[in-house]
Amino acid sequence: MSTATNEGRESVLDGVRTPTADSALLPSAHPVQLVDPEGRHTPDDRYPLPSGEDLLGAYGRLVSGRRINDQANALVRQGRMAVYPSSHGQEACQVAAATVLGDEDWLFPTYRDTVAVVTRGVDPLEVFTLLRGDWHSGYDPYEHKVATQATPLATQLLHAVGVAHAAKLRGESTVVLAMCGDGATSEGDFHEALNFAAVFHVPVVFFIQNNEFAISVPLTSQTVAPSLAHKAIGYGMPGERVDGNDLAALLSVLGSAVSRARDGGGPSLVEAHTYRMQAHTNADDATRYRSADDVERWIPKDPLVRMRTYLKGLELLSDEAETDLAAAADTIAATIRKGLNTDVEVNPADLFEYVYAEKTTQLREQAEQLREELARDAAPADPAVTGSATKENQR
Amino acid sequence: MTQTTEAPVADGIGQPDATPARAATTTSTFAMALNAALADAMEADPAVLMFGEDVGPLGGVFRITDGLTARFGEERCFDTPLAEAGIMGMAVGMAMNGMRPVVEMQFDAFAYPAFEQVVSHVAKMPNRTKGKVRLPIVIRIPYAGGIGGVEHHCDSSEAYYAHTPGLTVLAPATVRDAYFMLREAIASPDPVVFLEPKKLYWSKEEVDLAELRRTFDDGEAPRRIGRAVVARAGTDATLISYGPSVPTALAAAAAAAEEGRSIEVIDLRSIVPFDDETVTESVRRTGRAVVVAEAPGFASVASEIVARVQERCFHSLAAPVLRVTGFDIPFPSPKLEHFYLPSVDRILDAVDALQWED
Repeated sequence: MSTATNEGRESVLDGVRTPTADSALLPSAHPVQLVDPEGRHTPDDRYPLPSGEDLLGAYGRLVSGRRINDQANALVRQGRMAVYPSSHGQEACQVAAATVLGDEDWLFPTYRDTVAVVTRGVDPLEVFTLLRGDWHSGYDPYEHKVATQATPLATQLLHAVGVAHAAKLRGESTVVLAMCGDGATSEGDFHEALNFAAVFHVPVVFFIQNNEFAISVPLTSQTVAPSLAHKAIGYGMPGERVDGNDLAALLSVLGSAVSRARDGGGPSLVEAHTYRMQAHTNADDATRYRSADDVERWIPKDPLVRMRTYLKGLELLSDEAETDLAAAADTIAATIRKGLNTDVEVNPADLFEYVYAEKTTQLREQAEQLREELARDAAPADPAVTGSATKENQR
Repeated sequence: MTQTTEAPVADGIGQPDATPARAATTTSTFAMALNAALADAMEADPAVLMFGEDVGPLGGVFRITDGLTARFGEERCFDTPLAEAGIMGMAVGMAMNGMRPVVEMQFDAFAYPAFEQVVSHVAKMPNRTKGKVRLPIVIRIPYAGGIGGVEHHCDSSEAYYAHTPGLTVLAPATVRDAYFMLREAIASPDPVVFLEPKKLYWSKEEVDLAELRRTFDDGEAPRRIGRAVVARAGTDATLISYGPSVPTALAAAAAAAEEGRSIEVIDLRSIVPFDDETVTESVRRTGRAVVVAEAPGFASVASEIVARVQERCFHSLAAPVLRVTGFDIPFPSPKLEHFYLPSVDRILDAVDALQWED
C-alpha cells in the first residue's frame, strides 16, 4: 500500500500493517449521549434513539434494578448478607447490558453486576447465594447463559473470548457481552482478552463500566490513556464511549456493538462513563478517599430520573404505569427479603461432592471423616459412636 | 492385605496391557506416542482442540503437535498470541461451551503467567457451580530437567498443581503410558495437568501405536488416572517415583540387584489422584521406602508421599522413609544440573541408609 509514496525506496515500513482506517477504530470525542440529564433527546446521527416502547420496558427494569440495590443494602445492614457491592447509580449500564442480548447470547458479569444478572432472568435468590455465603455461585450458568459472577478482576474476559470462539467454530451466531470495571483494565488478562478476541475475530463486546473508582483508587491512578475506549485501537478493534447514565444511549451503542459482532464484524470495546454512588461495598468507607461534593455532582445525572423525565415528557409513562412498575419492583424486593430472611440449610457433604466429577479415594475418606464428626456431635451421649471414634484416634 | 489387581508388574520400563503382544511391533518414542494420542483423540472427537504457542505449522518446539494442523485444519490445532494466561483463560471459555481443549504451555516455567487462571478458575469452576460447569481441559506441560536446558526451562512445578484441589496431575514415564494417559486425560471430565518429562521425549519402546489406539478405543486399556504401577517387583525396599525419576529409580534398582538387594519400583503415573493402595501395599510388604523426585524436597509431592506412607505403614516400617529429591535451590544451570538431579548413586546411598543392620 505504501509503495506509491515510497516508490524506488526501501521503506522500513514494508511489511508493516498500514494504518488504514485507524480513525474508524477511535471512540467518539465525547461520550455518546441520546438523552441529557434534563431528559431531553440529544440526537446523534450514528446512533438511533430506541423506540418509546423499548425505552419504557427498559425503564421498568431500571426501577426494579434500583430497588434490588436498595433491598440488598438493607439486608446487609440487617446481617442477612455478608456484603453487597452495589451498582447504585450504574443501573442503566446493568439493564442495558442484559437487555441488548438475545437468548442464545452469553453474559459475563462481575461481582458488582447483580442487577444485570437478575435482569437477564436469573432467580435473584440464586444470585445472592454467593453474597449470603451459602455457596460460591448459586445459579446454573447454562440456564440463562450467564457465567458465574467474577470476583478476580478481568479473568472472566478471557472466558468470554473462549465461549465466543467455541461458538464461532461451530458456526453459531452467539454474541458474548463481557463486563468489567475501570480498575480491571489495568490487569494483564484485560489486555490478553482483547488481543485474543481481536486476533481470533470472535464476537465479544467488552463493556467497561468506568465508575471512576477501583475501591479507593481513582481512574487517574490507573491510566493516562485519553480514555479507556481508546485502548481498543491498540488491538485493532473499534472503541466507543457512552454516557453510562443514559439508558437510551447505552441501549443504542451496546445494541450496535452486539449487532456488529453477530454479523461477523468481530469484537469491540464500549466504555460507559458512570459513577459509583456508594462505597465499594458496605465494608468500605468512601469518605476516606472522596468528598461528598464529588458524589453530589453526580446526583443530577441519575439514570432513573433522567429516563423518567424523558418518558414523562413524551407522555409515554403514565402515573398508573409508574405505580405498576413500583409495585413490580416491590414484588421483587419482597421475594428477595423473604428468601434471605429464610435460612438455607447448607450441606457439609457438598464440600466434597463437586471438586471432581467423581470423588477421589482421599475425598471419600475426608467426607466420611466429617460425616462421622458430625454424627458424633449430633449424638454426644452415644457410647458406641464416641467409643469407636476414640479407637479411631488411637490407631 | 489388599492385592493390587490394578497394578500389573513389569520388568523394565514398559508395562504389559490387557491386549496380548502382537508380532508387528515398531519402535516409538515418547514424543511420537503423545503425538499419536493427540491425533487419535482429535480424530475420535471433533470437540477436541489443540492450541498454544508454536503448536501449529511448527508442530511445537518438541514436535508433539507435528502434523496436526495439516491434518485437522487450523481451526482444530492453532497458534495463539504469546500469552499463557490468555491461552488458559480462553480454554476455560471453550470448555464451558462444549469443547475439550488441549493446551500446551511451552515449558514448565512458562506456565506461571497462567497460574491464576489455573488455580482460580480451571480448578475451582466445577466446584463453584456445583458441577454444572465441568472443564475438560488438558494442560500439557513439557516438564523438569535433565536436558541441559537454560533457566526457566527445567522446573519441576508439580507441587503447585498437586496442592490445588480440583486438578488431576499426571506424569507418565513410559511410551505406552504417554499414549494411554494422554488419551485418558483428554477423555476425563476433570481438568488435567499433564506433565511430560522432557528428558523422556526421545526414549523408545517397542510398541505398535495403531494397536494402542485399538486398545484404547475398544475400552481395553486399564485405567491409569489414580492408579500407580509396580514398574519392577522387589522384596527388600520400595522406590516410589514418577515421571522423569522412574528410569533413574529403575536403574538404581537394577544396580542394587547386582549387590544382592531386591528393590521394588513404583511408578505413580498419577500424582493426583494419589494411589495410596498400591504404595501402601508395597511398603507394608518391603518395610522400607525411598521417594525419588526431581523437585526441591521442601514442601513437595515427595514430602506428601512420605507423610502418607508413615501414616499408613508405620508398623511395617523397619526404617524411616527417606527422600532423594532436588536440593532446595532454583534449578541449576546446564553444567551444574547433574549435581542436582537424583542419581543412581544418590538413590543407592539412600537405600543403604535404610537401617539394614538394626
